[in-house]
Parts: sequence; C-alpha cells; structure tokens
Amino acid sequence: MRITCPCCGSRDRREFTYYGSDDYLRRPDADAAAQAWDDYLHNRDNPAGETRDLWYHDPCGTWVKVTRDTVTHAIHACEPVAGEAG
Amino acid sequence: MVPERGDVMRYSGFRVLLEGLRGNRGWRPAWRKPDPKPAYDVVIIGGGGHGLSTAYYLAKNHGITNVAVLEKGWLGSGNIGRNTTIVRANYFLPGNSEFYSHSLKLWEKLERDLNYNVMHSQRGLINLFHSDGQRDAFARRGNAMLAQGDDAVLLDREGVRELLPYLDFDQTRFPIYGGLYHPRGGTARHDAVAWGYARAADQRGVDLIENCEVTGIDIDQGRVTGVQTTRGAIRAKKVAIVVAGRSSQVAAMAGLRLPIESHILQAFVTEGLKPCIDHVVSFGMGHFYISQSDKGGLVFGGDLDFYASYAARGNLPMVEHVMEAGMTLMPMIGRAKVLRSWGGIMDMSPDGSPIIDRAPVDGLFINCGWNYGGFKAVPASGRCLAHLMATGAPHKVAARFRLDRFATGHLLDEEGTGSQHNLH
Repeated sequence: MRITCPCCGSRDRREFTYYGSDDYLRRPDADAAAQAWDDYLHNRDNPAGETRDLWYHDPCGTWVKVTRDTVTHAIHACEPVAGEAG
Repeated sequence: MVPERGDVMRYSGFRVLLEGLRGNRGWRPAWRKPDPKPAYDVVIIGGGGHGLSTAYYLAKNHGITNVAVLEKGWLGSGNIGRNTTIVRANYFLPGNSEFYSHSLKLWEKLERDLNYNVMHSQRGLINLFHSDGQRDAFARRGNAMLAQGDDAVLLDREGVRELLPYLDFDQTRFPIYGGLYHPRGGTARHDAVAWGYARAADQRGVDLIENCEVTGIDIDQGRVTGVQTTRGAIRAKKVAIVVAGRSSQVAAMAGLRLPIESHILQAFVTEGLKPCIDHVVSFGMGHFYISQSDKGGLVFGGDLDFYASYAARGNLPMVEHVMEAGMTLMPMIGRAKVLRSWGGIMDMSPDGSPIIDRAPVDGLFINCGWNYGGFKAVPASGRCLAHLMATGAPHKVAARFRLDRFATGHLLDEEGTGSQHNLH
C-alpha cells in the first residue's frame, strides 16, 4: 500500500501512522451534549467500501486525509488536512 | 441423504470401528438443510461460532427450539475458521476474568456435551516476560487468575528453559526473564467447534439456514418484527445480530451506529513438521504467538495491520514484522516454509472488550466487538446471549459487556491503553 503525501509524494505505507476515521475532524463544541461526544469518540460508520481516514506522515509531520477502499485497499485520494480542521 | 429431525446418530469410537468394517457407508450429513419457515420465535443472524452456540444454548438450557440461524455463506465460513485456535482464561479485569473463566469451564466439558470431537488440547500457554516491570505485571495477572479460581504458575528463566529449550534466551533486545504459565490453556480445532455446535443445535430442532443473507431488519414502532433475507421475509419475535466482522453493516439495517472499527489480523501456517512446539507460546514484546497444530503445521500470528479494513488479507509490512519477531524468539523455525497466510476481520471496540447486550430496539440483541479474542469465548458468548434473550436479564458473568459503557464510562480496558479506536 502506498500513500501520497501532499508534501513528499508517493511513499510506502510504513512511513505513515494511522489515526482513524475522519470523524476526528468534526470535533463537537466543548459544551455539546454527552451523546455528541460519545459519537465523536466511539461510534463509527465503519464502511465496507469507500472510507475517509487520517494518516500522519512521520518523516515530514503532515496530516493526510486519505480516501480509500477498505475492501480492496485501493487509494483514491490523498489531501492535506491543514486548513480543513475546525 | 439429509437426515430428518430426531434421526440422531451418536458418534463414538465404537461407531468409527463399526463404520470402518462396513466400508463407511453409514455416515450421514451432520445437520438438515431446511428451507426457512415464515416465522420463528428467535432468529439469529450469523452462522459462525457465536451464533451457533447461542442457538444451541437457547435450545439446551432454555427449551427455546423454534429458532433459525441465518448464514449468508456456509456455516462457519467467517472468523471461526480464520483464527489461531487458542483457548485460554488469563484475563485480569473483573468483568473479563469471570467471563473467560466460565468459558474455559464450558470448553472442558464441550466434547461430551456436544458428542463431537473438537480436539480441545490443554497443552498449556506461556506468556513470556522480558523485564522486572513486566514480571511484576505478570505476577499480578497470575494472582488475579488464581483468585478467579483458574491456574497460573510464574516461571523464572530456568523454568521457561525447561519447557521451551529452543528459545533464544540470550537475545540482547528482549532477554527472557521468565513466563506466566497457564496449564489449562491450549488450542482446539476451530472448524470442529462450529460443526459440533451446528450438529447439536440441529438435533434439538434449530433450523440452520445457509446461503441466506439478511438484507433488512423489520422494525415496527420501536419493536423488531422480523428480517428480510435473500430467501424471503422471516418474522421473528426476537432477533440477535451475531456477525463479528460485519457488525456495523448489519446493525446499520436497524439504524444503529456501533462503537466498532474493523481491522485486519493476519495469521500464518507452515508446512507440517514433526512435533517440536508442545505449548502455546506468546511473545508479547514482539507481537508474536505460536502453536503447532495436530497436523504438524506451525500456526502463528502477530498484531493488527492497524488500519480499518475488510479485505480479509493483510499487507507485507506486518508479514515482515511477524517473521522478524518469530526469528528473534525461536531461530529454529527459520527453515520452515510458510504455506499460507490469511487475515480475519476483527470487530475492534474502543476499549478492547466485547459487547453482549440488548440493542436500543425492543426484541433486538447484539453480540459483537470480540477484538482478537472471539474464538475462546465461543461457548460462554453463546451461553450468555442465550441467557439474556431467554430471561431478559444479563448472565452474571457477562453483565459488564454493555453497549452503552463507552457513553457511561464503565470501560473494560484490559490492556490499560485507553478507550479510543486508534489505541488497540
């Protein structure tokens, strides 16, 4: 599996650390209801097919949002997270 | 010829001998192949180990026999046939400890109970440790196992050397300080567990329906009324989702979003060798564990690939890592040829512990989140889900496996690493 880092280009998967679903980009407000925090931290769509998740490129420190297929391991798109996270 | 209900053949050594003399013409299929009826008291989605054992204990312990098990492929085609067959009860936390202890006791009488040879072999399991701090942690775990009524022996370096003389004791990175020995731990023949439960459930009148994929869950005014399947609609008073590996997809049919992320765990088997590894050996620091099957193959595995996946196969970095760990621990296996590798789809929960609970829809139950540890749990998981479905109250050894524990903070974090998906 190879992931394209927006800074460094196509790199081996071993250079990246997986963080999880891009749900982590949609952090609730500090005073949001407990249900919203439970959803944010624990509950997942967990799709069999196209998913978007977050990977960290260890050598250069770039967070990457990867659109990929969980059944075939095909990678469709790699975008920088910077500028998107709220 | 497909047997009729009540047409029961008992298996025994005598039967094997007799059939041998008669040219083995008397063996019959171990279970019927019924068409689905329009309605059942209980429908269990998933014909793997957990689903089949749930059906068996519903029939045996609670007299509920108007039950269908719906399986989208063939019985036992999922994780029950993809694990590394280890059976153990070496847990630490209250909640897990009594559950796996109960499961091991069920394992110990399973073959008589099912009249089926599941090749349960209590060859002993040894968890190695490599530092003073780890020794303390294992001593504590061993005491918890003893307090639970199970067995544990803390071995020093020489004690491990006596049992496992082939390890590389002098490696510089992880020198072996000792091990926690669990003599009642061991292995079982994984497929046989599914087949044994299937046959025993069928004999008690449970309908096992293969090639029947559930495509929808019918809910009317907050109460489950049945399921839609590729073989037509089936009404049911109670429905259980027991589909680890596909839990999120099936639960979504009932509008649920589960605390589950699916990951790949790889396993490997070598060519058959003469007996050389007599125990189950676990090398936690290298994420490597190994046993030898009765056929002679070395069966071993490592850690997750560590990204969400449903591919049922892994990638090469973890293959390399597992091989390196194996060679670090026991260089003698270096010349064995690996025959096959495969991946199982793990239901990873945020705290690493399972869920056996009611779903927030009346009459709907869920059994999922088995992480790396579903195989050894098969007997107790079915027993406890059957108890919950029949009586309405959780079995006392599974009372903490609640679906809402992440929201309420009653976590079961056995590894002590936290309660987020990326931590296990």
